[in-house]
Amino acid sequence: MNLLQISHMKKSFGTLDVIQDISLTVTEGEVLAIIGPSGSGKSTLLRCATLLERMDGGSLSYLGEKAAWEEDGRCVYANKNELKAIQKVFGLVFQNFNLFPHYSVIKNITDAPINVNKLPRAAAYEQAEQLLGQLGLRDKADAYPYQLSGGQQQRVSIARALALNPKLLFFDEPTSALDPELTGEVLKVIRQLARSHMTMVIVTHEMQFAREVSDRIIFMEQGMIQAEGTPEEIFHSDRERVKEFIGKYN
Amino acid sequence: MSIATMLLQLGRGLIVTVEIFLLTLLFSLPLGLLFSFGRMSRNVIIRNLTKIYISVMRGTPLMLQLIVVYFGPFYIFRIGLEGYRFTAVIIAFSLNYAAYFAEIYRAGIESIPVGQYEAAKVLGYGKGQTFLRIIMPQVIKRIIPPVTNETITLVKDTSLAFVVSQAEMFTLAKQIAAAESNIMALMVAGLFYYVFNLFVAVIMERLEKASSYYR
Repeated sequence: MNLLQISHMKKSFGTLDVIQDISLTVTEGEVLAIIGPSGSGKSTLLRCATLLERMDGGSLSYLGEKAAWEEDGRCVYANKNELKAIQKVFGLVFQNFNLFPHYSVIKNITDAPINVNKLPRAAAYEQAEQLLGQLGLRDKADAYPYQLSGGQQQRVSIARALALNPKLLFFDEPTSALDPELTGEVLKVIRQLARSHMTMVIVTHEMQFAREVSDRIIFMEQGMIQAEGTPEEIFHSDRERVKEFIGKYN
Repeated sequence: MSIATMLLQLGRGLIVTVEIFLLTLLFSLPLGLLFSFGRMSRNVIIRNLTKIYISVMRGTPLMLQLIVVYFGPFYIFRIGLEGYRFTAVIIAFSLNYAAYFAEIYRAGIESIPVGQYEAAKVLGYGKGQTFLRIIMPQVIKRIIPPVTNETITLVKDTSLAFVVSQAEMFTLAKQIAAAESNIMALMVAGLFYYVFNLFVAVIMERLEKASSYYR
């Protein structure tokens, strides 16, 4: 069964069709990278998939459970409780972290497991400490977000997402707010996750990283999937536009 | 009148002043939050009604509002209310200050980046949880300085209760000054207001410090 299935997704803001018609599937254990120029609809695709934005047409389902579908040409969403259940399937890492500034690192990671998933406190803390160890942040448990570098903050936000045990993790340009050095430490963590077969959908501008970490790459432009294939297929594509785009990053 | 008698009388007035101050805060702080929700409501009617309310409360003199609240029931319903004076003062002050606080809350709430709501949503927090656990603590930190301003103004505004002859400190000071043909009592009252406000400022400063553990 597909972990994520999107069929004919459409989304427009006013008269601007940001997503024209996108269909894609993600299977368990797969790492999918989405690349493409700014304004191509990558982030909107992710925001629709994570229910932060309502799509205008098409359907969206996780593990066969429908979150949204089309009825009489209109997009209908599942009810609140069904969406809440579906929401638990995935996590999202934002471009600018969006950590909670008034919570310490450990509280950022444990607050949702305790208050949303009703995990016992001790279990939540134990899990959080293990995650912090994995991500090289053991000594930062009691720090506040403002005391951390961007790279550390992004790793905390990855830990926060992982603490809810999602089956699929979305990344929305996770390194775009970071300098090259800090980018490296975040990419290292994502590589680690890929090795442990975490299912991930990553919107990124880091071409070499996408090539090396993903099983499949989608090249988006003008709200459509222009090319899709293994990293080798995409990087050796004979499509002029794909070549031109990737060429700019080498 | 001896200085001791004067101080005693002003002291009694000060107690009423402090009562007006504390009760007004007690009612107007939560009421202001309610109005700020109304002001940001998606419902056009609620939003506009709150907007008009705030506009009137901020746009007319508090002194006039005191008079309307105190004499209103008599003129409209032809009923005289026994012991209504103090209640009227608290109602008028609370309704007036709630309007100011509503705008402070609104500014605070709207200054929280939308990313905080989105992160909370993706993590599965409900709307109430998001507001109480994520948004409100950050709002409180941001609104302490403007709330301090309003609170200090409130200390001095309590003197407006003289207009309905509420026997708070300023009313008494004015009476003493008139009877003695000497502004000494007013000067002393001024000193009391100042000390009261020093006290308020110290408390608010502590609150500000307590919330400065993060940025």
